[in-house]
Amino acid sequence: MDAEVFRAWIVSVTEVIEANRDHLTQLDAAIGDADHGINLARGFTAVLGALDAAPAKSGTPGAILTLTGNTLISKVGGASGPLYGTAFRRAGKSLGDAADVDLPALSAALDAALAGVQQLGAAREGDKTMVDALAPATRAFSEAIAEGASADDALESLAEAAEAGAVATIPLQALKGRASYLGPRSVGHEDPGAVSTALILGALRDVARVRR
Amino acid sequence: MKKLINAPDDVVTEALEGVAAAHPSLSVDVENKVITRAGGPTAGKVGLVSGGGSGHEPLHGGFVGYGMLDAACPGEVFTSPVPDQMLLATKAVNGGAGVLHVVKNYTGDVLNFQMAAELAEDEGIEVASVVTNDDVAVLDSLYTAGRRGVGATVFVEKIAGALAEEGADLSAVAAVAREVNERSRSFGVALSSCIVPAAGKPTFELGDSEVELGIGIHGEPGRTRAALSSAHELAAVALDAISADMPVSGDLLVMVNGMGGTPLIELYLMFNEVRRYLEGHGGRVARNLVGNYITSLEMQGFSVTVCQLTDGLTRLWDAPVDTPALRWGR
Repeated sequence: MDAEVFRAWIVSVTEVIEANRDHLTQLDAAIGDADHGINLARGFTAVLGALDAAPAKSGTPGAILTLTGNTLISKVGGASGPLYGTAFRRAGKSLGDAADVDLPALSAALDAALAGVQQLGAAREGDKTMVDALAPATRAFSEAIAEGASADDALESLAEAAEAGAVATIPLQALKGRASYLGPRSVGHEDPGAVSTALILGALRDVARVRR
Repeated sequence: MKKLINAPDDVVTEALEGVAAAHPSLSVDVENKVITRAGGPTAGKVGLVSGGGSGHEPLHGGFVGYGMLDAACPGEVFTSPVPDQMLLATKAVNGGAGVLHVVKNYTGDVLNFQMAAELAEDEGIEVASVVTNDDVAVLDSLYTAGRRGVGATVFVEKIAGALAEEGADLSAVAAVAREVNERSRSFGVALSSCIVPAAGKPTFELGDSEVELGIGIHGEPGRTRAALSSAHELAAVALDAISADMPVSGDLLVMVNGMGGTPLIELYLMFNEVRRYLEGHGGRVARNLVGNYITSLEMQGFSVTVCQLTDGLTRLWDAPVDTPALRWGR
């Protein structure tokens, strides 16, 4: 996968987040402060602007993800800005200067993203956060690669595990983030951060399938 | 949604333009969303920077001025500001004696201020951070993101600001800020929800005869929902929760704070209930604030914050302050 695929991924993420802006915000209203979709849509719109302004069109996948992360940290605020920003930055750093990214390199980048999020936010699986989508997704992806899956199948595993992980947050009680203030009242709601993570990884699957 | 706005996306920026026009004592960088004192940094004085989501006015911008903050960074409504803003503010107020960040304990605020502090230290500015976490409604800190920072933030900004104005060093200013936070507790009650402009509808629905107990300052639901009861009973709910966590005897600094949509007549009535409760528990309201100081847009409701005073803290509370929202002695 080359820079064009990663660029198309970010464009697709922006569209998907915009289309789900109100849905994410409503999920956040139930257990948080009703701004998740608004903030991510604002952030990714700024990312597109930064990508257009930068000479990243000719850049590497790693440079595109790093610029994405830096822009999210600068523009989003809240918890999702630093957390998603760090995820993209770490993934970008992991990809280095490679012009073309193979499955193991992508898997390593996603692992680095997860490690960055967990280091910053101190969330573990089961805390009802974005980690509940990201962790099973990265696991499913590396397992699929180890079993010799095709790129399409491995990315399908990635996206499906993220979606399943997001749905599985519904019965959980939040232990991190603003939803944790609700105590048991956070049970019965899907975590907005896990849902946005599943949307972002779903966009990667869809874009890679079309582009390759 | 009924609001006095032009467009939801422009609320924060246009309000900042209004703040700039109304208060010549402030210097407002509207584009970067940083409010500082008009005079620039005071050489040799510790700078105080706070910030957080917008929608809590007058917090924090209304507390920028002599004897309190040097700068405030407002984020989008209920969304913490970004590290770039905080770094700009930190550099703008650095008078060579270091800068104190006053941070309310919310995941987003803590993460962004942490990143800003690292960036500032990379540029050679000494930064200390104090995280306020006075909300007793968050019961078990092991199973949550920790207690929220609410009303005590106002006390911390006033008292630490007074000590900084006297020329104390960064470690002393940070220490008094932590002392105030540790000696303060808060509890909030909502009679209505509020509408984030960009969301366009109330964050939660509350029946005509219901209240949310243990709310924060972001229109988020509280710990429990209960039937509306008298002011006397609601004061007891709030102060029972506070006094279960900290003795409320002795000399106290007490704030009865409106959430933005509560008339002052009700806040004074509530203050009277709070005073009676505290006097019945061996406390004396030595100093007080009654009004809207840390709000949640147009939410109806109140919070009460109690701080156990010492002679030193009382002296710093009484020290002159000259900001848009707090002004005395000067």
